Amino acid sequence: MTASATRAARIHALQDEIGSLKALLAAKEAALAREVALVEQDHEDNQDEVDATAAATERLNKNDVARFSRHLLMEEIGVTGQLKLKHCRILVVGAGGLGSPALLYLAAAGVGTLGVVDYDVVDLNNLQRQVLHSETRIGIPKVTSAAIGIAQINSACQVRTFNCALTRENALDIVQNFDIVLDASDNPATRYLINDACVLLDRPLVSGSALRMEGQLTTYHINGGPCYRCIFPAPPVATTVTNCSDGGVLGAVTGIIGVLQALEAVKIAVGLPAAFAQQLLLFDGTLGKFRSFKLRNRRPDCAVCGDQPTITRDLIDYEAFCGSAACDKTPSLKLLSPDERISCKDAEKLLRAATSTNPLLIDVRPRLQFNICSLPQFINIPYAPPNTQDADFIASVQELLTRRESAGLPTRPEVVLVCRRGNDSQLAARLLKSTLGLDQVVDIAGGLEEWSRCVDPDLPMY
Amino acid sequence: MSLEVTLEFSGGAELLFDKIKSRVVALPVPRPDGAKWTIRAFLVWIRDNLLKERPELFLQGDTIRPGILVLVNDQDWELIGELDYELEAKDTILFISTLHGG
Ligand SMILES: [Zn+2]
Repeated sequence: MTASATRAARIHALQDEIGSLKALLAAKEAALAREVALVEQDHEDNQDEVDATAAATERLNKNDVARFSRHLLMEEIGVTGQLKLKHCRILVVGAGGLGSPALLYLAAAGVGTLGVVDYDVVDLNNLQRQVLHSETRIGIPKVTSAAIGIAQINSACQVRTFNCALTRENALDIVQNFDIVLDASDNPATRYLINDACVLLDRPLVSGSALRMEGQLTTYHINGGPCYRCIFPAPPVATTVTNCSDGGVLGAVTGIIGVLQALEAVKIAVGLPAAFAQQLLLFDGTLGKFRSFKLRNRRPDCAVCGDQPTITRDLIDYEAFCGSAACDKTPSLKLLSPDERISCKDAEKLLRAATSTNPLLIDVRPRLQFNICSLPQFINIPYAPPNTQDADFIASVQELLTRRESAGLPTRPEVVLVCRRGNDSQLAARLLKSTLGLDQVVDIAGGLEEWSRCVDPDLPMY
Repeated sequence: MSLEVTLEFSGGAELLFDKIKSRVVALPVPRPDGAKWTIRAFLVWIRDNLLKERPELFLQGDTIRPGILVLVNDQDWELIGELDYELEAKDTILFISTLHGG
């Protein structure tokens, strides 16, 4: 894109954003006007019925009746249930793939107060599943975008936004203002933190998660049942955790789990039994099957909900506990020494001379990622533990070496490895050195993400 | 003679087992040492017969690694004795890797 076209696009985006904010302002003003009118109406009612002061606020106005009529007609909700929803305060941690549909349905259902916690901004790659956001709101905080989206569905919903990460320092202050909490986060450290805050403040926790074609759902710390820590006393080893930005996730799968979280929260709010208390719901999108399992009881020795808890209102260091950051960003590995790696700039020079030096150029990303984009001359031999076997990778490289040898190329060539971020390429380099005795193996530091930053901004990133 | 049980994987645990989510396995009975097929013994059998590489992604010591839930006949194994549970014919043992994404 030319500079002027880029600028025009930016101007267009800003105009759209301002338009959205104006719409939000108008919706808020309308909501305020309605509330003021209701106060005045209540006031009049109070004067008419001096004894009925408490009852005056405990009724649905004409608008509410029209809007929620499908709820009011149900035995399970009715006027009483709808009023409970109106007075209920629900916190959603994470305005992403799970939080988006959950918030949409909770707002539409008439939940009076919704809290949204998220530190991130809306990104183009969010829109495939995070249906509360929109193209015009790319680049603005997710919580702001969520508030705009919610106001467009139900302007009477009070939205409290927390444009920050949930942390040990702020968690209790935030959670204590809400009655029910939804875990729609994307990493283990945050999941333990939310659990502990909910147990300490005695709030039910509706916890959802999703990856690829599968989703899971459990309601913790309700009716004397187990908490997240009762089920998972020890955190998973960080390297065994796959996040959505590496493993992918089908949008409708997060949608299903997020909507089920909203359903569970609505039921808890109106006083219906929680269906997922002490239950694990498993949704397999491939088979189109829901399965449900009975989980263990609360553990008397649980560190937070047990009889002698060791976790108190000071909480703990969750990133240290889990050995991973409280986000879904993949950390950078430092396995190789700097002289075993080359920078993108140096790699570019090396590749330009490649026709004469004939290095072995291997892209170790999974085939699906290689299909999205790749560097010219690179051959794809996937190495992405734990999803590939060491032996398979070594055999494929060996086969390639043999073929090169019969073509008269050097038997122990220089090898350049690349992957998405420069993590798997380090693992692969180490493996090739130790098994095939190749001594000139380097990997491109920072991988293709760094390449797209430093060398070729047109390389698509995913 | 053999003891047939259904072995299932979910949540990505199947990636360690050729991506096969469900299979019936036949365990030899009686066991060479005459002992029962507890889950403890079954985990060793899985490691030796089905896991090709990186047992640490599935096991930690003689038990399952943190982050994987074990369900026997749709119940948390904690409710039925964990490692000491004795397998019976037609049991279904499901290993679920917990998801953290959202
Ligand atoms: Zn607990």
